[in-house]
Amino acid sequence: MNGKSSCSEETACSDELYTGNVTPILNEIRHALKKLLEEGESTIIDLRALPMGPGEEQQLESLLGIGEVTANIDAMGPSTVNETLFAGVWLITHRNTEDAILGKFIEITRYPSILESQTVDMHSALKALPDLLTENG
Amino acid sequence: MADDRTLADILRSQGISRRGFLKFCATTASMMALSPAMVPKIAEALENAKRPSVIWLSFQECTGCTESLTRSHAPTIEKLIFDVISLDHHHTLMAASGHAVDEAMQEAMKENYGKYLLIVDGSIPVGNPAYSTIGGVSNLEMLKDAAKGAAAIVSVGTCAAFGGLPYAKPNPTGAVPVTEIIKDKPIINVPGCPPIPVVITGVLAQFLTFGKLPEMDELGRPMAFFGKNIHDRCYRRPFYERGEFAETFDDEGAKKGWCLFKLGCKGPVTYNACATTKWNEGTSWPVESGHGCLGCSQPNFWDMGGFYNALSTPTIDIAKTAAVGLAAGAAIGVAAGALNRSKKAKAAREHETVTVNDLEKGAKS
Repeated sequence: MNGKSSCSEETACSDELYTGNVTPILNEIRHALKKLLEEGESTIIDLRALPMGPGEEQQLESLLGIGEVTANIDAMGPSTVNETLFAGVWLITHRNTEDAILGKFIEITRYPSILESQTVDMHSALKALPDLLTENG
Repeated sequence: MADDRTLADILRSQGISRRGFLKFCATTASMMALSPAMVPKIAEALENAKRPSVIWLSFQECTGCTESLTRSHAPTIEKLIFDVISLDHHHTLMAASGHAVDEAMQEAMKENYGKYLLIVDGSIPVGNPAYSTIGGVSNLEMLKDAAKGAAAIVSVGTCAAFGGLPYAKPNPTGAVPVTEIIKDKPIINVPGCPPIPVVITGVLAQFLTFGKLPEMDELGRPMAFFGKNIHDRCYRRPFYERGEFAETFDDEGAKKGWCLFKLGCKGPVTYNACATTKWNEGTSWPVESGHGCLGCSQPNFWDMGGFYNALSTPTIDIAKTAAVGLAAGAAIGVAAGALNRSKKAKAAREHETVTVNDLEKGAKS
């Protein structure tokens, strides 16, 4: 792994309250990554389903850091997909068009499925291409 | 009105891609507190879900529940859900007025008989039905009439679910919740004063996705949102475990974010999703803002012995209360509380006005 995270687990990024939930999540990620490698099974963790004190979500994100891949999606508002410093561990943030966060997930997978082109959309694209060719023929 | 398009058709007609739809499903699963692994199933079910007719009736209420939902920043999942349902009747939101309102409701009920979802906010006065009427029709009659053809009923807010503020002692209007009147329909309670917007829409999304109401607890609330109590999911719980409590709202403990139990927090007996879902687009929630939970999603929360009394403070019998307080080494506070209550009761009997100063004097005496 390359790069650095900006804070350690012992030293929180802020002096905010500390519930101790960051460590269990990191352990869950570790177990999920092992399962991905050994059994090929992906895991998704919904960060909104877990109790977090002020600043703890940022602490977790900072510990995971930002790795080699970042992708932006523009579908019903922006979404960002970041591979963390830990290969196979992705942080996905969905926002609405007013930039409010709708959901935040950690996916432990080779690549998040939201990045795949969808069959229905590809069919639409296939229909649209002849029009483009005609217009520019 | 009736619309044969599926939810996926509607979203696609709005130019939303399949990828956008999957994003919608992922955030909907999160909203419904379902496992992210359920996303493919949700996508499949929602793709084929038909646009349901929804009739919303407001009775003895303050419109806070509707405000909670509509004041969410748009466009949100809440808005999207409301885009895909057919909200055929809502007193506050519909453009029509007068007789046209009643006609629209009757038409929607007739056209979707047996299939529409009935949402109710507000309690129903049965002491004298004339306490609350709409267009000359009592709430009681309107509810009975609308419930007949409903597939299911969603009681939104603590008033509709448990009676709420109108039900608080001495309950002058004889207010009752929906479940006291309607006995032959599936009813789900979505309490809160007001309920969290995504909890309201989460139930609607669940109904859209699976065509039935979600799993409920013994009080008829959706388990996904009301299965855990506030205390168990509170980020201040470690302070409770360590016995670190704020004693006043401005002491060192309060500044350090210690547990608010002694300041009357009702988190240990309150079941709701505030601690994880939070409010205002996930910004914060009452405990994070420094105030204890009021227990607003529980029955009789208004009569639970005072918002600022610790749950451990007995309130039923004054003499017993003082005795227990002495035994627990908390004589001063409890005796003062007893004096305050005694003064309040006396004032109520004699129609006196009791001021904060009077109460403070009572506490010092």
